[in-house]
Amino acid sequence: MSIIIHKNTKILVQGFTGKIGSFHAEEMIKYGSNVVGGITPGKGGMTHLNLPVFNTVKEAVDQTGASTSILFVPPAFAADSAMEAADAGIKTCVAITDGIPSHDMVKIKRYMRRYPKDKKMGLVGPNCAGIISPGKSMLGIMPGHIYKEGKIGIVSRSGTLGYEAAQQLKDLEIGVSTSVGIGGDPINGSSFRDIIEKFENDDETIAVLMIGEIGGPQEVEAGQFAKENMSKPVIAYIAGLTAPKGRVMGHAGAIVSAYGESAIEKVELLKECGVTISKNPSVMGETVKKVLVENNLN
Amino acid sequence: MDIHEYQAKKILSDFGVKIPTGGIVYSPENAENKAREIGGSKWVVKAQVHSGARGKAGGIIICNSPLEVADATDKLLGKKLITNQTGPEGKIINRIYIEEATDIKHELYLGLVFDRSSESIMVVASTEGGMSVEEISKEKPETIIRSKIEVAVGIQQFQAREIAFGLGIESKLISRAANTIIGCYKAFSEFDATMVEVNPLVVSHQDEILALDCKMSFDNNAMFRRDEIAELRDKTQENSNEVYASDRGMNYVSLDGNIGNIINGAGLAMASMDMIKLAGGEPANFLDVGGGATPEKIVKAFKLISMDTKVKVILVNIFAGINRCDWVAEGIVQALSKIEIKHPLVIRLAGTNVEKGNEILKKSNINYIEASTLEDAANKAVKALG
Repeated sequence: MSIIIHKNTKILVQGFTGKIGSFHAEEMIKYGSNVVGGITPGKGGMTHLNLPVFNTVKEAVDQTGASTSILFVPPAFAADSAMEAADAGIKTCVAITDGIPSHDMVKIKRYMRRYPKDKKMGLVGPNCAGIISPGKSMLGIMPGHIYKEGKIGIVSRSGTLGYEAAQQLKDLEIGVSTSVGIGGDPINGSSFRDIIEKFENDDETIAVLMIGEIGGPQEVEAGQFAKENMSKPVIAYIAGLTAPKGRVMGHAGAIVSAYGESAIEKVELLKECGVTISKNPSVMGETVKKVLVENNLN
Repeated sequence: MDIHEYQAKKILSDFGVKIPTGGIVYSPENAENKAREIGGSKWVVKAQVHSGARGKAGGIIICNSPLEVADATDKLLGKKLITNQTGPEGKIINRIYIEEATDIKHELYLGLVFDRSSESIMVVASTEGGMSVEEISKEKPETIIRSKIEVAVGIQQFQAREIAFGLGIESKLISRAANTIIGCYKAFSEFDATMVEVNPLVVSHQDEILALDCKMSFDNNAMFRRDEIAELRDKTQENSNEVYASDRGMNYVSLDGNIGNIINGAGLAMASMDMIKLAGGEPANFLDVGGGATPEKIVKAFKLISMDTKVKVILVNIFAGINRCDWVAEGIVQALSKIEIKHPLVIRLAGTNVEKGNEILKKSNINYIEASTLEDAANKAVKALG
């Protein structure tokens, strides 16, 4: 098994008829993802890319039985759309949108707490590349062809750095079970810890590559979780050794403001947790390979 | 986005926080009149630049007559203030804030930030006002009070009271102090702030609780719904290349090195900078042209990098995902037909259609050094420095 999305996962596209939503919906369909329809309020009843368009997420879920959605709604309306998905019974929502205000993210996360654990939506992103389970399904905006099917779980804040890792692994003939982009925002739906826990419980995944960066506590929290709860090896790269303190480096969340948030500090703290560090971004693939060999996992 | 002290004080005072009487001035004559208008016998002349630690840098002057106020204003206006936060280039002083001097009994610290662990708004307070929060947490960590505010219901009276009592404020002033804390919280939550820092918050000998200095930062992502904040932006306080970039939708941060970077994706950009450092070089900038890296964006990026006089070598590193390397290569060729680049250029393409992309570059008449991996690109860029 892969994590979160599988061959038959039914997918709805929120912001379906917009330019970006349409483009990526088509790419996902080409990849083989089971896209069953989309939502654009006011355009319900239309057909787009040969699929039905609905006015509300509730209606779309009722009629298609979809459990998963991907969100391409502009920042000003994204929080509303995410909460609508949570209320309609969507189990996983991937928010691609870049530029959602932090206050809105806090609001979404509080809103999601009103549901009991078994009915609570998992939010991935925002400002992320999405999720791919190679050979099965793509729920994101990544180039699907650079991912080889296999057994390494990837979780990354950055989109392009996640692609870089997938390409390095492919060049070494190592494949990926699922790759999850959790996004570059300071407050996000799923943390590194949330995702590596899923990889630990996934039969198919044998090791996890975590690609972090400066800012926030999530990489170190994941390291502590790995130390206490994981049997599978974790390999990590942390970007931003050269980033100056107090400056936002592209991603709204990539800012060093407290102890333990710089790349050097994170690397040290992760090492203490038994995580293998890829010493630079050019050797992420090689480092994974080395760990696989050491653990007789190849 | 940052704003000036006087702007932040205005916002806080709209939420019921008391501030000393003061006004903004743009000339020494103006300053003298403003001092008379404010009245009293002692004034504080404060340079308005986007930086803390202004006092230590000579940006805050205490004066005993309106004439002294005029002289101090004359001394500061148009100068660059160099603090330990501005970097060696400093920041230009275009506005001066004149304020009545306060008769201080105690100096306290009050700050509000987003706490990324608990995803709530955190109030941080200390009895050690006047020091930076970093200094307080190093030297007097036992004085720090932290209170997490549940954003769904907002700050409660009792929470504000607890903080006020924790700061050792006298009983008769507790409700005033609590209202100050609540006012700061409201300003934070209603204007999409990411930071409110009142340092020092003072108790005066007249039993007033006053915000003596204040900094506020706002969420750039929320500016679409905060016109009243967006218009407070002062571009003279920002690096001019950074303003040029942000006005064109690019993420750019100016750094001290001499290898200019054009990269798609923030993570890859940070990773490339790391590789340059490991190869023995120093990046001149962080630049993320976006996941798309369209030809138009590549042209703008080359323009931006060529404006930076520190740059001696340019490194382009594009991982083509949804777009294709051949398309990116065409963008580079187009850009270089419009802009003359005098420095060595290292290009690394990866991802979709990489062979086609490299072929287009080779066939063009541009003068460049081809690189295959991240490491190769960084090594070649450093070598090209000579």
